[in-house]
Amino acid sequence: MIEFHLDGRSRVSPYQQLVQQVRNALRLDLLREGDQLPTVKDVVASLAINPNTVLKAYRELEHEGLVAARPGVGTFVTRTLADASLAAHGPLRRDLERWLAKARRAGLDEESIEALFTTTFRGAAQEDIA
Amino acid sequence: MSTVMRAEGLGKKYRRRWALSDCTLDVPAGKVVGLVGPNGAGKTTLLNLAVGLLPPTTGSIEVLGGRPADGPEQLARVGFVAQDTPTYAGLTVDEHLRLGAHLNPQWDDAVARDRIDRLGVDPGQRAGRLSGGQRAQLALTLGIAKRPELLILDEPVASLDPLARREFLQDLMEAVAEHELSVILSSHLVSDLERVCDHLIVLVDSRVQVAGDIETLLSTHHLLTGARRDPHTLPGDQQVISASHTDRQSSLLVRSEAPVLDPSWTVTELGLEDLVLAYMSGSKTVDRGRRAALEVLR
Amino acid sequence: MIWLTWRQFRVQAIVVYAALVALAIALALTGGQLADAYRDSAATFLDQIGADRSDQTLYTVGVAVAYAVPAVIGAFWGAPMVARELEAGTHRLVWTQSVTRNRWLATKLGLGMLGAASAGGVAGLAMTWWSKPIDSAVNAGQDSTGTIFDLARLDPAMFGARGIAPIGYAAFAFALGVLAGAVLRRTVPAMAVTLVIYVLIQVAMPFWVRPYLVEPVKTTVAITADNLHGIMGRGPDGPIDRLDVGSELPGAWSLSDHTVDASGAKASSIPTWVTDCLLPPQKDNAEGRADQQACFDRLADQGYRQQVTYQPASHYWALQWRETGVMVTVGLLLVALAFWRLRRLS
Repeated sequence: MIEFHLDGRSRVSPYQQLVQQVRNALRLDLLREGDQLPTVKDVVASLAINPNTVLKAYRELEHEGLVAARPGVGTFVTRTLADASLAAHGPLRRDLERWLAKARRAGLDEESIEALFTTTFRGAAQEDIA
Repeated sequence: MSTVMRAEGLGKKYRRRWALSDCTLDVPAGKVVGLVGPNGAGKTTLLNLAVGLLPPTTGSIEVLGGRPADGPEQLARVGFVAQDTPTYAGLTVDEHLRLGAHLNPQWDDAVARDRIDRLGVDPGQRAGRLSGGQRAQLALTLGIAKRPELLILDEPVASLDPLARREFLQDLMEAVAEHELSVILSSHLVSDLERVCDHLIVLVDSRVQVAGDIETLLSTHHLLTGARRDPHTLPGDQQVISASHTDRQSSLLVRSEAPVLDPSWTVTELGLEDLVLAYMSGSKTVDRGRRAALEVLR
Repeated sequence: MIWLTWRQFRVQAIVVYAALVALAIALALTGGQLADAYRDSAATFLDQIGADRSDQTLYTVGVAVAYAVPAVIGAFWGAPMVARELEAGTHRLVWTQSVTRNRWLATKLGLGMLGAASAGGVAGLAMTWWSKPIDSAVNAGQDSTGTIFDLARLDPAMFGARGIAPIGYAAFAFALGVLAGAVLRRTVPAMAVTLVIYVLIQVAMPFWVRPYLVEPVKTTVAITADNLHGIMGRGPDGPIDRLDVGSELPGAWSLSDHTVDASGAKASSIPTWVTDCLLPPQKDNAEGRADQQACFDRLADQGYRQQVTYQPASHYWALQWRETGVMVTVGLLLVALAFWRLRRLS
């Protein structure tokens, strides 16, 4: 079962953080079809957030067709976001690790690595749009 | 949607001071409502009026459609955890639960015992010997096991350490989820309220400054930064809450239903804490425009 | 609510009742002997027990307890009832359960009043039972030459410690304590005020209220050598203020007396030759005594008598009932005030 975390300082609203965490878990195959999401009661008991927040997140996920609520039972995953590309995750992760090692050997500190990645990522995204 | 609390022109005067004035509120049901404001703003007064511990001086207040403390049925529908969570120091935890059982027809003993078990509190312990956090949890247990429709809490976590505070809020939220409670919760710490509340009332200087759904409040309040400008030049539908100026720059916090499209402003969104702080400090300025004008350097 | 009242109240209740039970046991153990002694020695009974230190001590303690019980009830049962809740802030807990303030106060007051009245009742009636031989002896005219047993039960010092008067006082003191706590909002000041007012009332009642509860009896007695104890005047040749005449009214409570003249009205001035009616030691001979008797005869001829206003022994129970009624009524008035005050508390 997935465990939620809340970043109190993030500008992303709590319910959106929950939605994103579910989506990420689905992408990474940590949540599969048929898995049950934690009950609203359990989520608020561990995070100390408003139950309406959780309800809203679950409703949005339901709206996106990712989960379905079964009254009296719970909320269950109906669709996974992990696709064929999941198979590529392993090798991609290994390539990334190698690149990171190279960057460190070249003398880049963490901030520089992050800056380099972010600007390249954004630049590539804009090229995709164009 | 029904209302849990409706106040019209509500005011309370102690001797010569108005602790609460001209308070008009419409609080929806099914929400966790945060009542926030600095100390002495009138939060405790408003909550005491809501549970019938105080009679109003002016105006009226209606809770769950009835007058506060009007009779046993009305009292049974509203739970209250007072400031400093008063308990009987000489009575044990178990005796407090018996008190709840004897004085409340809708008392749910199973819920109460289960909570006490889970908290790991010794039922034979006298309440005077409990830690602050345990006493607060006992008071919360009494409020929840009463099975009210509305639970009102006056600064329940103010004197608790961060862990106790977190545990209290966790338990409160669990109870809200499980029993479909409406909650009105006051605090002078905004960070607590942010996680837990979906509706907000800001009380400063005995008056309601703003009240509404938190999401709506956050989406209709904007921080405008840009070149120095007199706040009076803003369009009428943009209400200036607070303003600060340097010789070249102005930062204005405005409330506006419609988005602010003026390109001369950089518009950013606000966190809840900043929003509340703006209302707290903004109310100190009688005429915000005039104050800005005084700072004009020519 | 009944459970809560008992739970909050049980220590104070047990303390008072334990003291009463102890007193009752002590009285029960010795009462039988006392009654036997009265039966056996009738005329010399008071003399006899006057010599017994332990009986005197028990009697004194019993009287003290009977007076103290209402005071303790007022201060320790009544005063904390509302005041302690306000001081500790627990009123914000207990008045927001599902019981209205009025029901909360009504239950506590009701049970407290019952407890107070029964405590007073036990004290008063136990003392009445035990003291029956003493009262019979005093009413028959005996005296024990200067011990506490001399005092009639009508005497102001004894009246409140016997019969049903302690019931009224206990109920009154309890209501007073509760009201004091509700008004002052602090336990210790409320206790102090309750005690002070209780003492003041106990002192004021025999002065200003009790004499008028039942119409006192007026009678005139002749002034004779036997009952003229002294003359009060200003100086050897100055005017006479009053004659100190003892009245042989066993078991009665003398309220006032003054000299009346032949017409029955208060003598405006008492003739100065009345000093001859007193016999100084150096004149204690046949001639002196003849002069003295002539003086008394002259007083009688001129119609001077002493008018005494008093409550006779037979009025005892009427006075007890009426005084208890007064105190209970005042207590109920204080209860009403407490409810009124309760509405304004927060």
